[in-house]
Amino acid sequence: MKARVTVTLKTGILDPQGKAIEGALKSLGVDAVASVRQGKVFDIELAGADKAKAEAVLKEAADKLLANTVIENYRVEIV
Amino acid sequence: MKAAILVFPGINRDRDMARALKLISGHEPAMVWHAETSLPAGTDLVVVPGGFSYGDYLRCGAIAARAPVMDAVRDYAAKGGLVLGVCNGFQILCESGLLPGVLMRNARLKFICHDVHLRVERSDTPFTRGYNAGQVIRVPVAHGEGNYEADEETIKRLEGEGRVLYRYCSADGVVDEAHNINGAAQSIAGIVNDKGNVLGMMPHPENHVEDIMGCTDGRGLFAGLVQHLEKAA
Repeated sequence: MKARVTVTLKTGILDPQGKAIEGALKSLGVDAVASVRQGKVFDIELAGADKAKAEAVLKEAADKLLANTVIENYRVEIV
Repeated sequence: MKAAILVFPGINRDRDMARALKLISGHEPAMVWHAETSLPAGTDLVVVPGGFSYGDYLRCGAIAARAPVMDAVRDYAAKGGLVLGVCNGFQILCESGLLPGVLMRNARLKFICHDVHLRVERSDTPFTRGYNAGQVIRVPVAHGEGNYEADEETIKRLEGEGRVLYRYCSADGVVDEAHNINGAAQSIAGIVNDKGNVLGMMPHPENHVEDIMGCTDGRGLFAGLVQHLEKAA
């Protein structure tokens, strides 16, 4: 089973990297960009086919390591 | 003082720290590999040194914080043992839950590598007793992620409980945005946990301990720890 965990910064957390990317896009003439927030994507392969169990495992992975929940949110998807 | 320095892959300030501790305490510290599950018997200071553990992969300090030795450090800290984390060590302590908050990318995105001034906020702690309250010291920083942030509640608690021990400032001790090198909340350079036995700081006191380094302002931190432990013994 394939899954994806997306980690993003919580609203209100300053994102200097996103700001720099936003500035670079604007300087490239991609003017319609209003703002950029950057994050991380983890593509994960899981053994087994139980969807509910897989979601629990991914949640555990995100809470224990993939995200720092002080500043980040995460979303788990089975793809 | 029996110090133990944790060594993770990618750490590079471990030997600077060992040299400083040997110089000031007179005792050779133990180097403890990250895969160990216990600390040497009789350890009275654990140091988490600076560097780039695991290449700063995922988040600075995130992977080191989950290493086997950190369970031993958590037990040690819970029993009141002294823990000092410098630079990457501060990041590791935050990621491990031993200290609140997080170290974010520097506000101006640049890696900062130069001397800074720090104001010592109080002198009645094991980590600051070698200084006077309000004293300004000069030590180097070398980091890309030193911008301390925490939720409003946590910052309020840190300030209310006097747990900010070191703050970025000017040469004459003025704390303002111009001298807040990395954009940290409240110009925070170093904080302690609620029990006051775990300190995390971004600057490197171990790199200002000998005349050849051009400054010895960092000695006070280690000398204070030695004094504290001698008095306790």
